[in-house]
Amino acid sequence: MKSRALGIYAAAALAFLHVPLIILIVFSFNASRFTTWEGFSLRWYRAAMSDPQLSEGLMNSLIIALVASALATVIGTLTAYGIWKRRANTLSGSLYLSLVTPEIVTGVALLALFQWAFRFFHLHLGLGTVIIAHVAFSIAYVTIVISARLSSYDRSLEEAAMDLGASEGRAFSRVTLPFLMPAIAAAGLLALVVSFDDYVITSLVAGVDSETLPMVIYAMARRGVSPVVNAVSALIVVAFGAIVVVSQRLQQR
Amino acid sequence: MNLRARFLLPGRVWMALFFAAPLAIVCGYSFLTRGDYGGVEQPWTVENFTRLADPIYLGILWRSLWMALLATALCALLGFPLALFIARAGQRKNLWLQLVLLPFWTSFLVRTYAWLFILRDTGLVNTVLMRLHVISSPLPLLYNGGAVLLGLVYNFLPFFVLPMYATLERLDPALMEASADLGARPMTTLCRVIVPVSAPGIVAGSVLVFIPCLGAYLTPDLLGGGKTVMLGNLVQNQFTTARDWPFGSAASLALMLASALLLAALMRSRFAKELM
Repeated sequence: MKSRALGIYAAAALAFLHVPLIILIVFSFNASRFTTWEGFSLRWYRAAMSDPQLSEGLMNSLIIALVASALATVIGTLTAYGIWKRRANTLSGSLYLSLVTPEIVTGVALLALFQWAFRFFHLHLGLGTVIIAHVAFSIAYVTIVISARLSSYDRSLEEAAMDLGASEGRAFSRVTLPFLMPAIAAAGLLALVVSFDDYVITSLVAGVDSETLPMVIYAMARRGVSPVVNAVSALIVVAFGAIVVVSQRLQQR
Repeated sequence: MNLRARFLLPGRVWMALFFAAPLAIVCGYSFLTRGDYGGVEQPWTVENFTRLADPIYLGILWRSLWMALLATALCALLGFPLALFIARAGQRKNLWLQLVLLPFWTSFLVRTYAWLFILRDTGLVNTVLMRLHVISSPLPLLYNGGAVLLGLVYNFLPFFVLPMYATLERLDPALMEASADLGARPMTTLCRVIVPVSAPGIVAGSVLVFIPCLGAYLTPDLLGGGKTVMLGNLVQNQFTTARDWPFGSAASLALMLASALLLAALMRSRFAKELM
């Protein structure tokens, strides 16, 4: 049944998804500053490496992503386990709601909270506020990944451990936790990517000293043509791709 | 406190402090008045909400709904055949699925920037067309509604393909065979059999595309260049440049409410299982 037409259509749709990124990567190796091909060159990568703003942004992004994803992974794992033990409707509901809330709304709401709280505490917008925000929106992702793994977990395993004299906590740490390990690693990597990539919420709650890589890229893209952005983008695409492939392998274990 | 309660505590505290509380503050602000220096002051008022009905803001609201609707329709047109193809791909299903997912997991900002790079005056399309002497001056491809629509479809297409694929994959091939045996042509089978029985996937995918499109901020901001203002841009503008937090809060609530209601409707409907 018209499988050839369907195949062509599907190929076109897949091309639509991939060609823009391929073009972006190809032109990151272009010797010319303009969009005409003038030969292979790594000059934009060198320019990207030596750009102080980009390296500072990268540093901030890495600190934020590592700390936020670690925190979110711990909290999300505990949350998923708690919900698996017995339903917690308010918490599950708020996690789902956090996933569908438009980022811009989450961002301005957190900004409003921080500004309000600063009246009572002598703090300011910076790495700390960004990390808090990133943990808040990453918990839901982690919880979903861990919950998926728990749905195939046999409750009798923990019961057996406890029958053999393990405490509830020990049954969790010695039996359940090892079973969850691949999912925890996968969720952590996912949280890392989600945190590293965020622009909208970050730009609202970041301070002057906490510009992240996406914020620097955004500012450069806004200013106009610079193949440096292509080079950085290509690096991000490759790094993210690798992390996501690893994460998905871990989830399938 | 038992183990479960202790385990749930960090998540509960974090979500209460940094998700529920901020939204509660926004709720409160939306009923207050803008201060002289951009602060938030009393008296309490509902004026922020009535202002949303001003023609300018109503226009933004309609544009957002319209753009989200168009993007959803295009995602369905593009995504349905793709999902159908993958569902029938046999052993290579997973490879195709990965190919759909991979761009989805590469940075949202980078994906949007890719279109900026392709569409702008000195971008790839215009450069190639001018080199070939098809056009003598660059076409205005960027900073208009069409570019925003393209960006939305590009960014959210996987949201449609995934639930659609999940539904189509479960379809009994015997249905299609029976339809063909009874003399239906492929197109008839598609319209009269496949589409009706896969309606749950179509609805689920559409809602999953519509919600983020309605609240989109970055795509209209970068590809619309401030000319195609959607609700997300209105909210951002009120909280930054315009510094009218009470009005921005009211707009946020409207946006949030629309998204939450749509999702609640989907979850309560018979289509909910397509999301799991």
